[in-house]
Amino acid sequence: MKFKLIAAAASAVALGTAMLGTAATAGAHMSDVKVGMITTLSGGGAGLGIDVRDGFMLAVKMADTGHIEVIIEDDQRKPDIAVQLADKMIQSEKVDIMTGIIWSNLAMAVVPSATAQGKIYLSPNAGPSALAGKGCHENYFNVAWQNDNLHEAAGAYANSAGYKNSFILAPNYPAGQDALTGYKRQYAGELAGELFTQLGQKDYAAELAQIRASDADSVFFFLPGGMGISFLKQYADSGIDLPVVGPAFSFDQGILQAVGDAALGVVNTSQWNKDIDNAANKAFVEAFQAEYGRLPSLYASQGYDTANLLISAMGKADIHDADAFRAALKEADFESVRGDFAFGNNHHPIQDIYVREVIKEGDVYTNKIIGVALEDHQDVYAADCKM
Amino acid sequence: MTFVLFAEQVLNGLQLGVMLFLMASGLTLVFGVMGLINLAHGSLYMIGAFAAAVVAAATGSFLLALAASLAAAAAAGAIVEILVIRRLYARDHLDQVLATFALILIFSEGTRWIFGSFPLYLNVPDYLAGPITLPGGIQYPLYRLSLIAIGLTVAGMLYLMIARTRLGIQIRAGEADREMIAALGVDISRLYTIVFAIGAALAGLAGALVGTIQSVQVGMGEPVLILAFVVIVIGGIGSIKGALVGAILVGLTDTLGGVLLPRFFATFMENSSATSAGSALASMLIYLLMAAVLFLRPKGLFGDAA
Repeated sequence: MKFKLIAAAASAVALGTAMLGTAATAGAHMSDVKVGMITTLSGGGAGLGIDVRDGFMLAVKMADTGHIEVIIEDDQRKPDIAVQLADKMIQSEKVDIMTGIIWSNLAMAVVPSATAQGKIYLSPNAGPSALAGKGCHENYFNVAWQNDNLHEAAGAYANSAGYKNSFILAPNYPAGQDALTGYKRQYAGELAGELFTQLGQKDYAAELAQIRASDADSVFFFLPGGMGISFLKQYADSGIDLPVVGPAFSFDQGILQAVGDAALGVVNTSQWNKDIDNAANKAFVEAFQAEYGRLPSLYASQGYDTANLLISAMGKADIHDADAFRAALKEADFESVRGDFAFGNNHHPIQDIYVREVIKEGDVYTNKIIGVALEDHQDVYAADCKM
Repeated sequence: MTFVLFAEQVLNGLQLGVMLFLMASGLTLVFGVMGLINLAHGSLYMIGAFAAAVVAAATGSFLLALAASLAAAAAAGAIVEILVIRRLYARDHLDQVLATFALILIFSEGTRWIFGSFPLYLNVPDYLAGPITLPGGIQYPLYRLSLIAIGLTVAGMLYLMIARTRLGIQIRAGEADREMIAALGVDISRLYTIVFAIGAALAGLAGALVGTIQSVQVGMGEPVLILAFVVIVIGGIGSIKGALVGAILVGLTDTLGGVLLPRFFATFMENSSATSAGSALASMLIYLLMAAVLFLRPKGLFGDAA
């Protein structure tokens, strides 16, 4: 009895000092962290990298800790340049944390060697399957999604919409292969056709002719950035009148204005939208518009969440204590703009994925949420991760 | 595969081919007449597309937008020729590659600085929107059919210009012996500026026409430029006829290869690996074509016609 009392008192004291400790590190004792951001700021896919950067820097600015230094470099969407930049950041700049990569092929070129050299990598976008299962690593955290997630949600939506014969296409690179795999994992119907296109392809006349000639009842496509703009405009002009479903990447804020009316009414899946009703998201959307004069995109929300995750961990642990810092990251104790967010055993998100519809608000094309495709969804590769 | 689908794919290949011709003809003129490798040709394509997007947004007129693309690209071409290119004629090709590569970076970042990183909006005009039904029950977008017509018309006009006009004679003479025509009193530097501006205008027109159905954004010219180089290597450097034949060959090979190869592989392979193997091979196909042409005719199909 007496022992129990002492134990309880001791734990109370321990708890108290632990809390004091947290408060203290959050204040003056927060250690400096040097972040190396490699992202795409020029060439074809620059809109995505710019949004990730702007979202990230907005969170850094809003937190105003004075302890985060960010070095930003442009990978030009080229794997060889990304590798060079990563070497420079690790060896001569001595960064503590790396982040920023948009494209899965670049992520595969950079992340495994960065994590093997003891750097923590926080992915604000790319989530190739190779890093989620057997290849998972204690230093790799994905703050966006595993590549398959949004496509799985699109497949789940296709079932609920009653589609029985989808035509599916994606570019031939890791994320494109993950996309079709993800869609097929949830989708229960038949396939009218399955195509891989070239990464960066702009002309889809040949693919559209095949869609027209097939007896598909719906089209699923994953074509991020400018590829999706081209596809949608040509799709609208081809006169093919099948419902289209896709992941948010081709229907996001950065490109909807360029697609125009061709996108109206299209259903797409996303873990985030500007109308998700929580305080963190409201603050984010307002601050982003005030800072940059445009609506934030999915990518901006991912950059913003990545920075806030980092800031939350900095409040709990010292970057030089790698184990404690990893544990603090794993807790994901930050207000995510997408609502509920937790890391699975493989350091990939467990989150809700919504169904959105493209609408027009005044002169601006944007999305509104019309339902939830998958709740508390975790990727399938997590089961193969020994972590 | 049905006849309708095949016919539609042939039209698609033809359409890609004539657009490549607009790019490649300017490139081959500049290379043939002035001996200059211009990597920044793709930037002129981008300038044409941006000019068209800006004018279309301001006036709502597609024809004005096309005129603007011609004017803007020609002007940009002339200015670049006078300020930069002129200093490069006497230097070797490596210097030219380096300098014109720098121009790509300058144009891309300049465009980003003015218009931002997000793509611009340029739409098909109402009177060319939607599909029409051709004989044989082929449904084909009217706009793409117009692209084929415009491209072939430009090819015809270019042929007439080179074969029948005074400027054409000067261009052909300049190709053969630049010292001699200079000695005969032709203002060679003015001739070069004009040739460069014509090549630029063709690229700009292609940018506006293709930008209408694709995305108008920074860096849009570079992938097309690579194909245009393949076209002039296949056709024979300096030959307009070669550029036309090469462009249509590349267009058809790229389109039909992309469609037929995955189907061919699917006859003896599991579907998803057939699609990836087929598309991988299809993307190599035009380079295989180029290698085969160079093996048989090292100067390209019409290489000796220069």
